[in-house]
Amino acid sequence: MIANFPILTVLIFFPLVGVLIISFIDRKNVNVIRWTAFVISVIEFLISVPLYFEFRLGTPQFQFVEKHPWIKAWGAYYYVGIDGISLFLVLLTTFLTVLSILASWSIEKRVKEYMISFLFLETTMVGVFVALDILLFYLFWELLLIPMFLLIGVWGGPRRVYAAIKFFLYTMAGSVLMLGAIIYLYWNHYNVTGFLSFDLFELLKTPVPSTVVPWLFLAFAVAFAIKVPMWPFHTWLPDAHVEAPTAGSVILAGVLLKMGTYGFMRFCMPFFPSAVQKFALLFLALSVIGIIYGALVALVQEDIKKLVAYSSVSHLGTCMLGLFALNLQSVSGSLLQMINHGISTGALFLLVGVIYDRRHTRLIKEYGGIAKVMPMYATFFMIAMFSSCGLPGLNGFVGEFLTLIGTFQNYPIFAVLGTTAVVFSAAYLLWMYKRVFFQPLTNPANMKLKDLNFREFVILLLITVPMFWIGLYPKPFLERMQPSVEAFIKLSKGEATVSMIYKKDTASSKVALDLSEDTKIED
Amino acid sequence: MQKLVLGVVFIPLLGAAINGLFCWKTRRKAHWIAVPAIAIPAVLAFMILLRVMKGERFDHVLYWWIALGGLKIPVGFLVDELSAMMMSMVTFIATWIHIYSIGYMDHEDDISYARYFTYLNLFVFFMLILVAANNYLLMFVGWEGVGLCSYLLIGYWYEKISAANAGMKAFITNRIGDFGFTIALFLIYKHLGSLIFHDVFALAHELSVPLATLITLLLFMGATGKSAQIPLYVWLPDAMEGPTPVSSLIHAATMVTAGVYMIARSHALFNVAPFTMEVVAVVGAATAMFAASMALVNNDLKRVLAFSTVSQLGYMFVGVGVGAYAAGIFHLFTHAFFKGLMFLCAGSVMHALHGELDMQKMGGLINKMKITGITFIIGALAIAGVPPLAGFWSKDSILHHAFVSGHKVVWFIGTVTAGMTAFYMFRLIFLTFFGEPRDKHLYEHAHENPPVMTIPLIVLAVGSVLAGLLALAPNGGFEGFINRIMRTAHEMVTHGAEHAGGHESGLALIIISVAVAVMGIFLAYSMYIKRVPDPVTMAQRFRPIYLVLYNRYWVDELYFALFINPTVGISRHVLWKIVDVLIIDGIVNGVAGLCSLIGSVVRRIQTGYIPDYAWLVIIGVVIVCGLKILL
Amino acid sequence: MEMTLTYLIGIITFAIGAFGVLIRKNAIVMFICIELMLNGANIIFMGVSKFKGLIEGQVIVLFIMAVAAAEAAIGMAIITAFYRRRGGVEVDKADLMRW
Repeated sequence: MIANFPILTVLIFFPLVGVLIISFIDRKNVNVIRWTAFVISVIEFLISVPLYFEFRLGTPQFQFVEKHPWIKAWGAYYYVGIDGISLFLVLLTTFLTVLSILASWSIEKRVKEYMISFLFLETTMVGVFVALDILLFYLFWELLLIPMFLLIGVWGGPRRVYAAIKFFLYTMAGSVLMLGAIIYLYWNHYNVTGFLSFDLFELLKTPVPSTVVPWLFLAFAVAFAIKVPMWPFHTWLPDAHVEAPTAGSVILAGVLLKMGTYGFMRFCMPFFPSAVQKFALLFLALSVIGIIYGALVALVQEDIKKLVAYSSVSHLGTCMLGLFALNLQSVSGSLLQMINHGISTGALFLLVGVIYDRRHTRLIKEYGGIAKVMPMYATFFMIAMFSSCGLPGLNGFVGEFLTLIGTFQNYPIFAVLGTTAVVFSAAYLLWMYKRVFFQPLTNPANMKLKDLNFREFVILLLITVPMFWIGLYPKPFLERMQPSVEAFIKLSKGEATVSMIYKKDTASSKVALDLSEDTKIED
Repeated sequence: MQKLVLGVVFIPLLGAAINGLFCWKTRRKAHWIAVPAIAIPAVLAFMILLRVMKGERFDHVLYWWIALGGLKIPVGFLVDELSAMMMSMVTFIATWIHIYSIGYMDHEDDISYARYFTYLNLFVFFMLILVAANNYLLMFVGWEGVGLCSYLLIGYWYEKISAANAGMKAFITNRIGDFGFTIALFLIYKHLGSLIFHDVFALAHELSVPLATLITLLLFMGATGKSAQIPLYVWLPDAMEGPTPVSSLIHAATMVTAGVYMIARSHALFNVAPFTMEVVAVVGAATAMFAASMALVNNDLKRVLAFSTVSQLGYMFVGVGVGAYAAGIFHLFTHAFFKGLMFLCAGSVMHALHGELDMQKMGGLINKMKITGITFIIGALAIAGVPPLAGFWSKDSILHHAFVSGHKVVWFIGTVTAGMTAFYMFRLIFLTFFGEPRDKHLYEHAHENPPVMTIPLIVLAVGSVLAGLLALAPNGGFEGFINRIMRTAHEMVTHGAEHAGGHESGLALIIISVAVAVMGIFLAYSMYIKRVPDPVTMAQRFRPIYLVLYNRYWVDELYFALFINPTVGISRHVLWKIVDVLIIDGIVNGVAGLCSLIGSVVRRIQTGYIPDYAWLVIIGVVIVCGLKILL
Repeated sequence: MEMTLTYLIGIITFAIGAFGVLIRKNAIVMFICIELMLNGANIIFMGVSKFKGLIEGQVIVLFIMAVAAAEAAIGMAIITAFYRRRGGVEVDKADLMRW
């Protein structure tokens, strides 16, 4: 452990340093701005790497914890920490941001503002994943909408404003419900214990009246389900993806969707085990519908990006299926699948962006036979495609297999239905691949397409490495997540209470604060 | 032993990696890497085989791939009689096919040449993973991996629409089978708690019969995909779009037999499920006959061979289905030689005729292509089951086991199919190599191919002659060797066989099947050389039957009409256009629309005139103050 | 009596101002009327301050006067700009905020 180095705080706020630096650069020095943003994101990634190596195995405790009073009168803390669940999501965020900024070289419009938005986005994303204070979490959760809204709304495609507003309002609609639930939890905690606190663990400990539990659960669940997105809350996704710039899509698919599943894991399910039991079948069914529906609709899309967007609906359905099956394999698989989806779908969006930069169209029928002129591109596309449809040896398979085999132990029927994804995913991806890359090269516009340039090659190479890594040797991932996943399952099944799992004194924390004394309100 | 196994498995991967990553460097020299990358493992595999013959076995975990709670899946290799035999066979055939490819692919441009050898090496790697894996999941890795390579190689000439379609069709059809396979793995893990062969087979007898039946049926579903059985056979004839050495290696000798291998490997499970065994045997027999019937009238050189492969795979399934796993594997082994050979010969003909595949345009080629012609005839004799060539021994063993285990109908179908096989094979031979050349222009340009292509033909022809003789080797021959790992199954079958008086009926069965084969050959001779009865008038007279067969029972069209078109149609017109766009998005946009509707009414208050606002303020003040006073 | 009178003057001044704001269309006149309203309020504040002996009233009046001065500066600037643009100071020419 790097003693006493506030690594998470640095991770959260370092991109803001970048924002500051960039805001002092003259907007005409486009390349300087790009390189600054890139270097900042690389440093940010390098800072996050020690998390992986220093992460202590075999304990569900939160690590790298920092806790400082924030708004004392409200019992709100600046409280951050990671466990096996958030570790990889943070790493995924910093990793994908590097690639996204590298992929944004083709952005010519308002580069300065773009990069500032992007770095600000990174701050909020990391913040969401590390916050252990529910108010802090909510703050980051909402803040994140702003840069994303701008990215879609300013640098997006022709219908960008519609898509941005749809994205924003959809998410806000859910967030409002969540805010209500958070406030309820907060006051309930005050009524029960007599002091105010937004501390996640304090809230987790507090019993909630059983009549309210389903409502609170649903309020949280809808907020997160919109983000995931679960069927039938998914329709913002295709629009947002299609209109967003390439890097925006990568982050949207790679990280933002994971915030939904992460929310389920961190808040929704551990908070309300009894409701999880009650609604498990509903959510399993919705997940399965999402899997099959997303795949079928993806099958008939005419726009490559839209196809990938619908495939996300299908993949995230698998994640949700695994979560609600509540079993070691299924949840670990689901968590791994979140990472996988970030990588492979991220890669697919990057790849679509490459060709969009050249031809400014994403319609499948505009292409055909371009493997001939872009062999290297076709190869990377194929790897990403097979990773996405779960070819053994690549990452997608491990996650999908674990999820489904775990789900099968508890809910065989749902697992069988979910497994149909192996057929459908192959169908929609291969069919698209055939129409884009194979067949005769007939469209004259495609004849002189250039293959990948060095920058694109580097991006795609970097994102291909983890595909093979997770596919061939997922152990480092699984062993880091296992204790946290077990803790999550116990909490969500109501088999253990928070204080049984998270011990304050053993947590490697710099808790400098006694909870009950400082924040007691004198009536 | 470990070094040998790792060498066998990973050297092909190394070859693929070198050619794949440096294809712009290796280019035309790709085969200098690719061929040794298979030849060395072939030698090593043979060394392994020799050691296994001495009774050595090997089950070793290289590293733990997935370990999570109770689920522990290693990357580990199991070498026993079955896998050692498969490894040797795969690498041996693959070596010769690689060599043959040097000549066959010489028209390709440099990068594609390297790409071809990359795929081919990669295929061998996955095939070796498949046969050497010590657990189901790793086997599945190989299983999907060979499917991937098959996809890549069928679609090798991706600019041809038919090739691109065929590749896609192969992969997706296989995935349907894999769906069953995956579910079977889930069930095995759920009820036996492991996916490692050793543990699964040790516990297999504890499974209840219905459960074992379900598992094995699902496994068999996987096998029908990979090994092209009814109802998932449709991809294999189309797979002939790939280069012919690929058809030979992947779609005849090795990959398509993976299903048979998998069932033989899982014999402990299948033995618990007699119902599944019946299903396997019946599906196998039905496929054998069904595919042979389509081969009778097809004029495409490679497609006839493809249907023949499907048909022969049916035989293998009959073998494993009646419990004669070793016989099935034996047929797999001999089939690899003679079918591999025949595809290579077909490729040789194609190469000489610049890609022409229509047998109607050939004829008399024996004069131009002696080696190809003769080796082709050897292959045809072998598949027809003429003693003492390879096919005779293995096919006869299967039919024998079918008969003595009481599957009389299956035996009868198999025997009739044997006659059909002999007929269509010699129809092919006579149309291609004998008679008058029907296309003078093609004939003039035909030529024998260089030694790099003919030597593999000769080697495999020798194999086709001699492979069957392994049946006569000491200690029960080939089948005895394989049966060392499946003692129980073997005992069960031979037990039954002995009771049915196997040996007395044995000779009679042999005579019947040889007679049927000879009849088939003779019929082909009389129809296509003597023209009595003339095939054209026959086709006229039985026109409905001819059309049904010629159009392959319209199965492809049926699948399109029943499954593919409805799926695509419902997805497009119902799920996407109606549910997604109209209903869900309609609700979303409807809510937004409602808000703006209310807004459009309420905003009339905003007149924009300052006095109006001032009035409103005053009225508001009066109301508030009035309420304050009143209340 | 003195108290009532003071309040009455304040109220009447305020009412005249309010009435002017409501019925006049000339922005400058309206502006003057607003000043009247403010001053009406000022008178009442002063009255309260004087008769109840509360110093806060005078403080508020000072604030209001400061605000009124600032308002006059900005308001006149806006009106001038408006006049240049629209060629008049009638408020019904300002209809951009209309729905």
